[in-house]
Amino acid sequence: MQKDKLYSFLFILPSIILIAIFVYFFIFWTGFISLTDWNDIFPSFNIVGLRNYIELFQNFRFQISMKNTLVFTALFLVSSLILGFLLAIFLDQKIRGENIFRNIYLFPMAISFVVTGVVWRWILNPGTINNPVGLNQILDKIGLSFLKSGWYTDPKIGIKAVVIAAVWQMSGYVMAMYLAGIRGIPSELFEAAQVDGANMWQVYRYIVLPLLRPITLGAIIILGHISLKIFDLVVAMTGSGAGFSCDVPALFMYDTTFRGNHFAQGASIAIILLLMVGVLIIPYLRYSLKSEVKR
Amino acid sequence: MKIGRLLIYFFLILFAIFYLTPIYVLLVTSLKSFVEVDLKTMWRLPKTISIESFIQAWKGDPKRGLRGLSQNFMNSVYLVIPATILSAFLGSMNGYVLTKWRFKGADIIFPMLLFGMFIPYQSILIPLVQVLQKIKLYSTIPGLIFVHIVYGIPITTLIFRNYYSTIPSELIEAAKIDGADFVGIYRRIVLPVSMPAFAVVMIWQFTSIWNDFLFGLVVAPNPSVQPITVALNNLAGSYFVQWNIQMAGALITALPPLIVYIFLGRYFMRGLLSGSLSGV
Repeated sequence: MQKDKLYSFLFILPSIILIAIFVYFFIFWTGFISLTDWNDIFPSFNIVGLRNYIELFQNFRFQISMKNTLVFTALFLVSSLILGFLLAIFLDQKIRGENIFRNIYLFPMAISFVVTGVVWRWILNPGTINNPVGLNQILDKIGLSFLKSGWYTDPKIGIKAVVIAAVWQMSGYVMAMYLAGIRGIPSELFEAAQVDGANMWQVYRYIVLPLLRPITLGAIIILGHISLKIFDLVVAMTGSGAGFSCDVPALFMYDTTFRGNHFAQGASIAIILLLMVGVLIIPYLRYSLKSEVKR
Repeated sequence: MKIGRLLIYFFLILFAIFYLTPIYVLLVTSLKSFVEVDLKTMWRLPKTISIESFIQAWKGDPKRGLRGLSQNFMNSVYLVIPATILSAFLGSMNGYVLTKWRFKGADIIFPMLLFGMFIPYQSILIPLVQVLQKIKLYSTIPGLIFVHIVYGIPITTLIFRNYYSTIPSELIEAAKIDGADFVGIYRRIVLPVSMPAFAVVMIWQFTSIWNDFLFGLVVAPNPSVQPITVALNNLAGSYFVQWNIQMAGALITALPPLIVYIFLGRYFMRGLLSGSLSGV
């Protein structure tokens, strides 16, 4: 028995060691690099304190990319949650062909962000004023010309155009989470509410939505951390855009580090990114593991 | 009430069109012949079906210096198969130990492992490149396999742990009394009932490794080892590549996970939901 205990620990030990090195030690090492002067090809480890961070916060591109991420995350979260919730409650109305609808809404999740980016780059290609293409052409055809825009090529829109592609890809996921949640609610609750004279809207607003709060929280965390880290989609669809109007910190980090060879500067961006994600994830991990113990 | 239902169907169909539009554009564009391709008529169905674009996207055109995707497609295949299988087994072992052989400190170890799946990989990329260069795995397919196995540990462990916690512990205890040891219990009791969890984990890992872009981009700078997502991005990023070739390339890239989704969507779905920690 004692031997088995040891055995079992040896089974999991490689994973523990790998994660300890490749996650925790590497994060520590990145943090260390961000405090050094390694800002060209040749590694150099002279400590310069917080200089990289101070320079970062004064950097024009960093300020824009931080603003862009926050705008992107807010718009992406709100649109995906609303759309996902609506699709879920509509699909819950004993719809004919529910399976087909569900599969159509969810399939973008299986596709690479790079594919999504390539396709949406062409769909949102504005064309010229006399020769609109893509979505603009459709808007012209159906008499909604006033909605035409330069999409991601317009610096005033920039990253907001990328939100459309991101919602296309991820809102089905939110739908699936909500639908699973709704199906888990005992039907007696619905019936009781209807007997009490509540209409459909009231049932969803006052009974379903509050019961789905853990799912809403989970969706915010999952989409939120994907959104803060967004990289592939932006690279494939727009790049950093005119006047960095589509830039995000993950892309800025990649350019700074692996194209510009400013390793210490890149490390400082990575640490800021990690802190942003950590603020979101760590409380959630603690919360969901604690509630698991209670169960 | 009748009108209400009609409106619901209208809304559902409208959004079905929204989700299908990019696939429509992908299909009609990549099936047009070169003479027919024109941005102005991008919404029109092709007059004649042509697979020229697919051939060019797959084989490339050495005369114009256009690299085809065939080699990168195979790179992704060679990368995704071993990485998926190995990380599934690793996850299974971890899940088994964490649920049936709980040791002191397991309550701390598990969340520590889990955290690894949420981190922005930018925060480990610089040391990762340094270490891979040191151990001569940088810009190789085995290097990429290794990276995907390591960063797959959290999610695979999570899914198996949730799954194995549904196996009654009495079953394990009874087997222990009967004299079965650690490996025996795994082989004779746990592994035979693990197939659903293996399906979920392997489909999840297959899709996310196939679709990975960041690791491929940073860890494999050499075009001959690049996975297909990176090659597609290069193809789509060069201005002299016609957009029907880009679309054909995008379709080729999307196809393997799409096929998996079409045939095994049920398991894919479960993987997605377990990613949100709300249980398998």
